Amino acid sequence: MRTLIYLFIGILFGITMFKSEAASWFRIYEMFRFESFHMYGIIGSTVVLGVLIVQSIKRFKIRSFYGEPIVFTPKAKSVSRYLFGGIIFGLGWALAGACPGPMFTLVGAGFAPILVVIVASVFGTFLYGLVKDKLPH
Amino acid sequence: MNLIYDPWPWYISGPLIALVMFLLLMVGKSFGMSSNLRTLCTICGAGNTSDFFKFDWKAQKWNLVVVFGAIIGGFIGAHFLSNDLAVAIHPDTIETLNTLGFESAGTSYLPTELFDVAVFSNLKGLLILAVGGLLVGFGARYAGGCTSGHAISGLSNLQWPSLIAVLGFFIGGLTMIHLIFPLIF
Repeated sequence: MRTLIYLFIGILFGITMFKSEAASWFRIYEMFRFESFHMYGIIGSTVVLGVLIVQSIKRFKIRSFYGEPIVFTPKAKSVSRYLFGGIIFGLGWALAGACPGPMFTLVGAGFAPILVVIVASVFGTFLYGLVKDKLPH
Repeated sequence: MNLIYDPWPWYISGPLIALVMFLLLMVGKSFGMSSNLRTLCTICGAGNTSDFFKFDWKAQKWNLVVVFGAIIGGFIGAHFLSNDLAVAIHPDTIETLNTLGFESAGTSYLPTELFDVAVFSNLKGLLILAVGGLLVGFGARYAGGCTSGHAISGLSNLQWPSLIAVLGFFIGGLTMIHLIFPLIF
């Protein structure tokens, strides 16, 4: 049953990524050229609502559908890992035009070459695991 | 104007993504897609090479199910909920892309120059996809999250580290498009 719920949430996410065109390479390029409000509208409205949702959950101690407390883990404090990691991610995001959610959506949409991006991103994650102790965090 | 078959405007899409995050929180999980890439490494046996990949991946199975759903969602979106896949980007954007050699700008969902199956016999195109993916995977794990984990989950929880990461996403993205694209296209 829980598996079906995760599947449903994923399907909703995938449809939204495709129909919003957030999975389009062109929209990412346009966003980094500041030539449309579209992507900023998507991210901005998600975050505004997201803040309201998370703060409400915390303030009203809303419990999950299963009655368990909802816990938020704060991110570890650092600047270098977020800045350097973020820059590397951004370079790839703009080049491949896809981030880790939409790249899977594009598989379903039938764009076979996105598999190259996915395999390479798994390999990139593997490379990070190999060298992580040598990087500033 | 057709509400389902036309591209969805930001004020529909944004709230739906927030709903996805809300639903995941309400089932006791969190919204973050790039951790699946680490899980895939572990499934492929990367735990033998680095301790970073030694973890119980079965505890992350739920997230792989979400990813599988995202694949199905992409199929449904492209095949049943869309008439015209062309993305109506700004005319100035189309013009710039045309001068860079992207003739498909404004007429397709993804640039055919990179995402048509013909790319499999185009070394430069393959390299671009591979390097792009490599940077996404490496950077997401280094930063501890991607667009979903930092820009959405992290900012929603008012996390400073996520703001730094998002700032990094933009420094990287702007550098790629404004400084590196003119060199490679």
